[in-house]
Amino acid sequence: MSISTLKYLGKRILIAIITLFVIVGILFLMLKLMPGTPFNDEKLSEIQKAQLYAKYGLDQPVIIQFFTYIKNMMAGDFGTSFGISRNQPVANLILPRIPISFGIGIAAVILGTIIGIVLGIYAAKHKNTAADTIATLFSVLGVSVPSFVVALLLLLIFGVQIPVFPVLFDTNNIILASILPVIALSFGVIANVGRFTRSEMINVLSSDYIALAEAKGLDTKLVIRKHAIRNALIPVITILGPILVNLMTGSMVLEQIFSIPGLGSLLVKGITVNDHNVVLAVSFLYSILYVGLMLIIDILYGIIDPRIRIAKGE
Amino acid sequence: MKILEIRDLHISFKTDNGKVRAIRGVNLDLNKGETIAIVGESGSGKSVTTKAIMGILAGNGVIEQGSINYTWEDDYSEEVGKIEGKTVDIVQLTKEELQRDIRGRKIAMVFQDPMTSLNPTMTIGMQVMEPMLYNYKMDKEHAYQKALELLELVGITNAKKRMKCYPHQLSGGMRQRIVIAIALSCDPYVLICDEPTTALDVTIQAKILELIKDIQKKKDLSVIYITHDLGVVAKVADYVNVMYAGKIVETGTIDEIFYDPQHPYTWGLLSAMPDLDTDDSILYTIPGSPPNLAKEVQGDVFAPRNKFALNIDYRLEPPMFDVEGSNTHKVASWLMHPNAPKIEMPKELKHKIAKMLDN
Repeated sequence: MSISTLKYLGKRILIAIITLFVIVGILFLMLKLMPGTPFNDEKLSEIQKAQLYAKYGLDQPVIIQFFTYIKNMMAGDFGTSFGISRNQPVANLILPRIPISFGIGIAAVILGTIIGIVLGIYAAKHKNTAADTIATLFSVLGVSVPSFVVALLLLLIFGVQIPVFPVLFDTNNIILASILPVIALSFGVIANVGRFTRSEMINVLSSDYIALAEAKGLDTKLVIRKHAIRNALIPVITILGPILVNLMTGSMVLEQIFSIPGLGSLLVKGITVNDHNVVLAVSFLYSILYVGLMLIIDILYGIIDPRIRIAKGE
Repeated sequence: MKILEIRDLHISFKTDNGKVRAIRGVNLDLNKGETIAIVGESGSGKSVTTKAIMGILAGNGVIEQGSINYTWEDDYSEEVGKIEGKTVDIVQLTKEELQRDIRGRKIAMVFQDPMTSLNPTMTIGMQVMEPMLYNYKMDKEHAYQKALELLELVGITNAKKRMKCYPHQLSGGMRQRIVIAIALSCDPYVLICDEPTTALDVTIQAKILELIKDIQKKKDLSVIYITHDLGVVAKVADYVNVMYAGKIVETGTIDEIFYDPQHPYTWGLLSAMPDLDTDDSILYTIPGSPPNLAKEVQGDVFAPRNKFALNIDYRLEPPMFDVEGSNTHKVASWLMHPNAPKIEMPKELKHKIAKMLDN
């Protein structure tokens, strides 16, 4: 890695950090502007409520609250939960849920991307055949049918009628219980990646440099492996970002359906009981994830496409 | 010695608008060490013919009849000893045989647009070495050395550094040199140049043509040029084939075609070549446009654009007539028939040729 690459990387990371601070600011402000209070109990008297506000620092001006929050956050303290489980540090609520949510998400992305790419390449190679038509049909379905519909369908078939997988998330057998959610989540990824790979691959296969590679006397497999795939995948990387956002929002609904004790269900619960600290922390975690993934995608783009690598490097 | 011989080649393409008969009975000969040019308008079938030779026709293209015979000479190699020469019909070969025996190794191709014919994500060095590595199973070091030599041969300075470059870092002329180096990497016998200078700067064009000529001499290559630029033809070719709507309408040596053209289409092409000497300020064009080959054509396809067309041109397709006093010059036009009225080439063209002869 050259110095200029490192410089570029440093700049990008700095921008990412600034972006995250802006996100926290906006999130914080929005939550404060929201009507409702975490202490929505009729049994509480006004005096008790005031005491609670004072205890959690909620009687302070918003700007002071914000800086206190940032200060604590830097020290790794995301505050305590008001509603979901009183006085528990938010971190304690979030940490055990991270591996479950991320595990399912990452598995779905990897599975979806790989299957999508393979299907896309296959469809492009067999353009205008029955197999291609079926693949196209599948991807149209995958793009247009939301993941929770797929999830319910999968549950009905493989959970109820042929009970191979548990209907409710079973924490004793996480791997088995994760299979249906992963498939449901990856469905859309497969469709999106597949559709995009196919059209890019068809473009690349009709390009001059593929004709040249064939004219060199290389066999078809080699031409596809060494010349076509890499060039077709460069644009595919760009759509991974939006796909991941889709996946995150999709996972919130899916976690409710499968009753997965993950971040998505925690966030939904936090919102319904006005548990600001939980909502803030989980949203922030999603933001970190998204900004981080975008950074990785950008770096990946540079690695796979020399034109970009050189342009910013020299 | 004849290295390539095309006989009665017919190629058609299946399209949504029906069958397009792109090539309709092409005959072509290429002798060892010689250069032939195929000249014609866009869509006349020049590129299709050469793609058929390489076996890289588009998916909907079918060779309906005819043969493309490639002749091996006796060859000697250190490992195997004498390799017996033979003639194969490329049309009859399977895709695998074509790829294993012909493409790259016997017949190589230089493409039209160097901006798009190199893989943007692979280094120059790898692209030049690749055919040697995979076709000849050469080890990396040998291939690297040979690639360096090739880059130097095609006139790339600082070859070692260039090997590590990606195509976008080089200019168009440089890239075309790379494409030529790639074509030469497997020591082919026949080099097909599909409009190799069309996409290049005029100042680079001459250099690339010189380079190909130079390499041809050094490596004893036979070259097929495809072009619509008669200026290029004049510089490089020994024999010229004028192609129109999937047929060769006139063939002969360079002198025969340039100084004694017989076919009205060739007259048109030569007249349309701009030069500084003509007094006329109007640029000559051949009226009309090439025919739609999806339709069945009666008689000579050029007749509707030919102001010298005879009645028979609309009824019967002309055969190839030999031009008197030459065994290389042949013309497909009823005007060559002994009973046809004697028609002289246009006066302006006559002047033009006279001027060319003076220079």
